[in-house]
Amino acid sequence: MTVPLLFVVSALTFVLVSLQPGNAAQEILGTTASPQAYAALERDLGLNRPLYEQYWSWLGHAVRGDLGQSIFTNQPVAEAIGQRLPVTLSLLIGTLFVSVVIGIGFGVFSALRGGAAGRAADALALIGFSLPAFWVGAELIVIFAVWQHWFPATGYVAITASPAGWLRSLVLPVAALSLYGIAAIAKQTREAMLDVLASEYIRMARANGLSSRAIVFRHALRNASIRVVTVIGLVAVGLLGGTVLAENVFALPGLGSLMVNAGTQHDLPVVAGLVVCFTVVVVAIILLVDLAYLWLNPRVRLR
Amino acid sequence: MTAVAPVAAPATASSSGNPHFLRRLLRRPIAVACCAYLVLLIGVAVVAPIAMPSVSTQDAGNLFAANQLPSWSHLLGTDTLGRDVLSRLLVGDRVTLIGVAEALVVVLVLGVPFGLLAGYVGGWTDRVVIWLADLTYSLPAVVIIIVVLSVFPSSMLAAMITLGVLAAPDIMRVVRSATLPIREELYVKAAEASGLSRAYILTRHILPRIAGVVIVQASLLAAVALGVQSGLAFLNLLVAAPAPSWGGMVAEGTTVLLLHPWLIIPPGVAIAVTMLALSLLGDSVRDAAVESWSAPAGAKRTAAKRAPATLAPASTKTDIPNDPRLLSVQHLSVSFPGQDGYLRVVDDVTFTVAAGEIVGIVGESGCGKSVTTAAIIGLLPGKGRIDDGSIWFGGSDIARASEADLRNVRGRRIAFVSQEPTAGLDPSYRVGAQIEEAVRQLQHLSRPAARARTLELLRDMHFADPAAVAQRYPHELSGGMAQRVAIARALAGEPELLIADEPTTALDVTVQAEILDLIRELQLTRQMAVLIVTHDWGVVADLCDRVVVMYAGQVVEQADVQPIFDAPLHPYTEALLASNPHFAPEAITLPTIPGTVPPPGSWPAGCRFSARCRYAVTACAERAVAIEAPNQAHETRCIRYAELVKQ
Repeated sequence: MTVPLLFVVSALTFVLVSLQPGNAAQEILGTTASPQAYAALERDLGLNRPLYEQYWSWLGHAVRGDLGQSIFTNQPVAEAIGQRLPVTLSLLIGTLFVSVVIGIGFGVFSALRGGAAGRAADALALIGFSLPAFWVGAELIVIFAVWQHWFPATGYVAITASPAGWLRSLVLPVAALSLYGIAAIAKQTREAMLDVLASEYIRMARANGLSSRAIVFRHALRNASIRVVTVIGLVAVGLLGGTVLAENVFALPGLGSLMVNAGTQHDLPVVAGLVVCFTVVVVAIILLVDLAYLWLNPRVRLR
Repeated sequence: MTAVAPVAAPATASSSGNPHFLRRLLRRPIAVACCAYLVLLIGVAVVAPIAMPSVSTQDAGNLFAANQLPSWSHLLGTDTLGRDVLSRLLVGDRVTLIGVAEALVVVLVLGVPFGLLAGYVGGWTDRVVIWLADLTYSLPAVVIIIVVLSVFPSSMLAAMITLGVLAAPDIMRVVRSATLPIREELYVKAAEASGLSRAYILTRHILPRIAGVVIVQASLLAAVALGVQSGLAFLNLLVAAPAPSWGGMVAEGTTVLLLHPWLIIPPGVAIAVTMLALSLLGDSVRDAAVESWSAPAGAKRTAAKRAPATLAPASTKTDIPNDPRLLSVQHLSVSFPGQDGYLRVVDDVTFTVAAGEIVGIVGESGCGKSVTTAAIIGLLPGKGRIDDGSIWFGGSDIARASEADLRNVRGRRIAFVSQEPTAGLDPSYRVGAQIEEAVRQLQHLSRPAARARTLELLRDMHFADPAAVAQRYPHELSGGMAQRVAIARALAGEPELLIADEPTTALDVTVQAEILDLIRELQLTRQMAVLIVTHDWGVVADLCDRVVVMYAGQVVEQADVQPIFDAPLHPYTEALLASNPHFAPEAITLPTIPGTVPPPGSWPAGCRFSARCRYAVTACAERAVAIEAPNQAHETRCIRYAELVKQ
């Protein structure tokens, strides 16, 4: 499904972008240039060719790893993506890590405790779903960067430049983005744990004297995690949209901010390259989820 | 398991679209508050831009009054350009709600009909819907919307339609799964048979039933749409300045975070409260709908809890036994929460099991057999509790034992085997690993020693190739194999007593005999006592030394096996024996016991069997019948047992 998906998505991007009123030549030259100047630039950029030709030549290069170059900066698209990918991946992986650890921890805790802890989990889920990440990010900047100077307000430090600085630059954006993931994962973990804890094999494990620790972690959590993994995949895909916003709030030079710029500038090669890149990331996430699912669930493995 | 929810009312298939549902929803204060808030928002969206026409074109207000905190003249302060924050917030409400409505309309128009069709018609429609749903999961929605917005700059309509199209397969899938079971229901089949058109059946019969599901999904999707709308507005991709939108106001605020941090609070709170209202409304609708689909399910989800505090410290009825019995259950009473308080399910049950003895508990379903055994190991399902009585085991009363003390009994001294062997094993681990885990925990063996012991246990279960069986997962075993594995695990701690709750009920007849032979053999070789719950007299005859007959939560007769078969002293035992295929003469219609066991809560005051008893006289129903012991070790709860013997 992966290859046709990439094919369809990139073709769709070309069609969509070609529908736009005005093209990159007009964006570059503004509205005051002469018609001759437009025509010359269009020829240079290859914009006068029919769309399918443009797409075909793009595709021919793309399969060889050449995604063309930005109309505005002339930077090769693959290079631009390569520079910015670590930022977005840091954000994505950091957020997923925090969401999974805290979400599962909280979900298990509230499933075991019930009562007040259960209500707290429900309330947390509601709050996590309701607070928009870009706004939480802005509030975090006010509190932890403006009032308390604990973390930098904006910007990104490469891990190769300074691991500590990298970590500090990620804390606030990861915190803002994690809220949703924690809420979704905690809710699913709690529900899955409650279902599994009520199952016959847990009752039998208890009846035959297994320790609570083995029952909760080896048996209940292992089986509940099959359902949690699905939600983690959904959260990860949803986070790609979140990173676009977070990169904007925290001025992180990632793929999302590149996307917003390229989109508003009609920079077709960059947009198309980014769409392909995002789709590859999603496909990778889905693949990882499927692998985790296979690993966790022997009943599926054998079919 | 007959113990679960003894009073669970049949799920009433009432429609979620009926007036009761709405009334139930309106009885929830949270739902009412959410609806009121949303109606208010819609009102503001209609009125505010009309009442304050200049706000959406106002580039700047009073620049001398810029960046003010809330005051009486500006209730929410002013922004960097001196404009009143409150009026911008109110006017910006409209564009926010329009965006949500656009996405919602697209989602519903695409999602509901196709979901209905997929669920109702099935076939290739169904496959296409599932495929589309899978496909949209692999699309990064926000990224695609940004591409669309680069083509249609600042077109909220284009953005929200795209969101709707991307979200529609999700609701298609939900509607489809809600429709599938309804399609199979009788009244739909009847409507089809009477020649009503598909369109009529879909709109008049099925749509009202799935309305609850659709409302839940719609409110959750509205929350998502609001998040996306405000996020895109925040990126300045949707609404051209100076027109206000909530997301745009947050964006304006972030440019002056250092100077005026207050500015982002009003629009942020407005977004958050609206999303909260939508999510809460969805939750309330779901809860109200669930309530109408099933009776309040008691405490299905709360972990089993013993309530030692509610148990009298040592009731006067309890005699401390000084006999050599291994297990002595004395006056045990158990109840479960019902609709109106706790309901007695097991009532004053007394019996004993000696070391090395095999005792059977027989009776029809719903007589309290399984609950009694669950109470012994302290694992009553749900919120079941021991009201009274004691369970003496090895010199201590385990009815009053703490969870920690019970853990030292379970597995190590009393082991348990259930009637669902496959469901009783963890599906995620190989069975060898599960036995090994029990061996290691219960016997504190090293890993290699535990592995050897596991194979030994499996060999004792007559597996020809224990190593191969150990490598299998529970779902790769037949029922009989799984039961033998379950017994192997139960024996890991060398227990003195094995409780087997209908161990052969789910198995084929030939396999049943194997398991029974195995249990007898293990009992002989290990000198282990066995308490076996069954409703099969063949099992009793084959295996048991003594038998306890239970009816409607009580012991009605108990004795050694031979006297019971030769001369039962209770009409219920007699009737059960007569209705048993093992002992009925051939070519005769098998007699059945008329009527059913009275459920807990409706037990008669007198003899509980009297309504179904062919020997019943008026005196039987008058008052509770006590246990009597006419012979040595033969007890009965019947006032007419003497006459029964003569007949």
